[in-house]
Amino acid sequence: MLRFLIRRLIVAILVVATVLTLVFVLTRLSGDLAISIAGPGATQLDIDTVRKAYGLDRPVLTQFFDWVGRAATGDLGESFFFKARVSTLIAERMPVTLSLGFTGLVIALIVSLPLGILAAVRENTGFDRAVQVVALLGQAMPSFWLGLLLMIVLGLQLGWLPISGTGSWEYYVMPGIVLAFSAIPALTRLTRAGMIQAMSSDYIRTARAKGLSRASILLKHALRNAAIPVVAIAAVQLGFMLGGSIVIEQVFAMHGVGFLAWESISKNDFPVVQAVVLVLAVIYVVLTMLADLMNAVLDPRLRGA
Amino acid sequence: MSTANTVAVTAGPRRGWKSASTWVGAVIVGIAVICAVAAPMLVPHDPFAQDLGKRLLVPFWMEGTDPAHILGTDQLGRDYLSRLIWGCRISIFIGVTVTIVSALIGITLGVLGGFMGGWVDDVVLFAVTTRLSIPVVLVALAVVGLLGSSLNLLVITLGLLLWDRFAVVARSTTMQVRNLDFVAAAWCAGCSRFHILAREVLPNIASHLVVVATLEVALAILLEAALSFLGLGVPPPLPSWGLMIAEAKDYMFFSPWVIVIPGVALFLLVLGINLLGDGLRDQFGASADR
Repeated sequence: MLRFLIRRLIVAILVVATVLTLVFVLTRLSGDLAISIAGPGATQLDIDTVRKAYGLDRPVLTQFFDWVGRAATGDLGESFFFKARVSTLIAERMPVTLSLGFTGLVIALIVSLPLGILAAVRENTGFDRAVQVVALLGQAMPSFWLGLLLMIVLGLQLGWLPISGTGSWEYYVMPGIVLAFSAIPALTRLTRAGMIQAMSSDYIRTARAKGLSRASILLKHALRNAAIPVVAIAAVQLGFMLGGSIVIEQVFAMHGVGFLAWESISKNDFPVVQAVVLVLAVIYVVLTMLADLMNAVLDPRLRGA
Repeated sequence: MSTANTVAVTAGPRRGWKSASTWVGAVIVGIAVICAVAAPMLVPHDPFAQDLGKRLLVPFWMEGTDPAHILGTDQLGRDYLSRLIWGCRISIFIGVTVTIVSALIGITLGVLGGFMGGWVDDVVLFAVTTRLSIPVVLVALAVVGLLGSSLNLLVITLGLLLWDRFAVVARSTTMQVRNLDFVAAAWCAGCSRFHILAREVLPNIASHLVVVATLEVALAILLEAALSFLGLGVPPPLPSWGLMIAEAKDYMFFSPWVIVIPGVALFLLVLGINLLGDGLRDQFGASADR
C-alpha cells in the first residue's frame, strides 16, 4: 500500500511540474508580452518601463525558474489588470466555481445512480433502452446551448429560477443541471455496466441462495461493488466539470474562476491565465489521486497495480 | 439488412448495421457531409450578404414569414438557412481536420507505447496522464486568445489537446495484437520493426481506431462550437454554429428560434455521429467475435 502511495505521489508531482512548464511556454507563445500589456497607444519608453516593472527583461530561463519557485510556495504573482495578487483573486472566485461543480456532481449522481441501477435490473427491456437513449442524447447536447434553453424556459417563460448572476442557492440550480448533463451519460453507463457485472457474479448467487431480499441483494451487495468505479469516475468528472465550468460561468454570468480566466484571456492578463490553468490542473491531479486511493482502499485487488 | 431478416433474431437489441439507430446516424452524417462539401452550390443566398432592411425575419413555421428566407434571417439580415449550411461546412471541416491531427499524435504514441513497452510505454502513459490534467477548454481559449483567432490555429490547438483517447485505445489494442501468432510469424520472416507496425499491427487495430475517430469528430465539433460561442473560436463573419448562437443570444428572449435553429443543427449532427460510432463499434465488436 505504501509503495503504491509513493509511486502515485511521484507521478502526480511530475505531472504538475510538466503542466507548470507547459503553462509557462504557452503564455510566452504570444510574442512580446510587454507590448500587449502596455496597450495599443504605448510609446517605446512605456514598453521598456513595463518590461522592467514585470521583470520581462530578464533571460527566459531566469523568469521560468522564478515562476516555478514562486508557484511552488503558493505565490502566483500579480495580476496586470486587477492590480491584485493572483492567489487572492482565485481564492475570492473559487467558492462560486466549487459550489457549481459540487451542485453539478450531486445532480448528476442523483440522476445517474438510480437510472443505471434500474437499467441494469431491467437489462434489455424497453426501460433499459430508454435509459441508453437518454445517455446518448445527453452526450450530444451542447452545454452552452442547453444553458440558454433553460434560461428561456425555466427562467423567462416559467419564471421558476433566476436567469443569471450569483446569489442564493437558486442561482446554482440551472448551471448545475447543465454541468450535470455532461457527466450523466458516463456515470449512468458505468453504473449500469457495473451493476450488470456484479449481478452475474458468484457472491450474488450466494446471497440469493441464502434467501436475502431483492432490495438487500441489490443495494448491499451489488451496488457496493458496482460503486467502486463510479466513485472514481465521479471524482474525475468533478475535475472535468471544474475545467468546463468556464463555459457555464460565462453563459450564466457567474463570477467564478472560469469567468475570471475568460476575462483575463481577453485582457491579455497572462499571470492570471497561467495561474488558473495551473490551479485547475492541480485540482484535477489531486482528485484523480484521491479516486485511485479510494479504489485501492475499497478494492484490495487493485493495490498491486 | 432487410427487416424480414431481423424479425427472426429479435432476442436482445439489434446491433451494428441491423440497428435502426445506426442508419439514422449514417443518414444524418451523410446529409451533413453533402451539405459541407456542396455548400457553395446548396446555399440559396450568399451567407455573408447583409440586408439591414430584412433583419430577423421569422422562419417558415411562424406568422409573417418571407418565402425567400425559409429559416428567416439573422440580426444583420443574412439568410439563416445559407449560414446554417455554411456552418455545417465549418463544423465538418473542424471535426475532420482536428481528428486527423489528434489521430496522428495519439496513434503514434499509443502504438509505440503498446508495442515497445518498457520505458517508452511509461513515457506514453505519463504523457496521457499529463494531457488529461490540462483543462481543454481553458487552454484552447488561452491559446486562441493570446495568438488571435484563426481556423488553422483552432485546428492545431484542438488537435494537440484531443489525442488522449486515440493513444489509450491504440496502446491497449496494440498490446493485445503484439503477442499474437501472426506478429511472431512476421518477426521470424525477418520483417523490420517498421514493417510489423505498419503492415501487421495497424491494420488489426484500425477498426477500434475508427470508432474512436467518430467520437473525436463529435467532441471536436462540440468544442469548436463552445469556443466560438465564447468568441474565441472561428473568427466572424464565418457562420460557425457556435458563433451564430452567440450572435443571436441578445435576441433569444424575444425570438427563441434564433438560438433554437443552430442549436438543433449542432445537437443533431453530434447525435448522428455518436449513433454511427456506436453502430460501428457494435458491428466491429460482433465481427471480432465471429
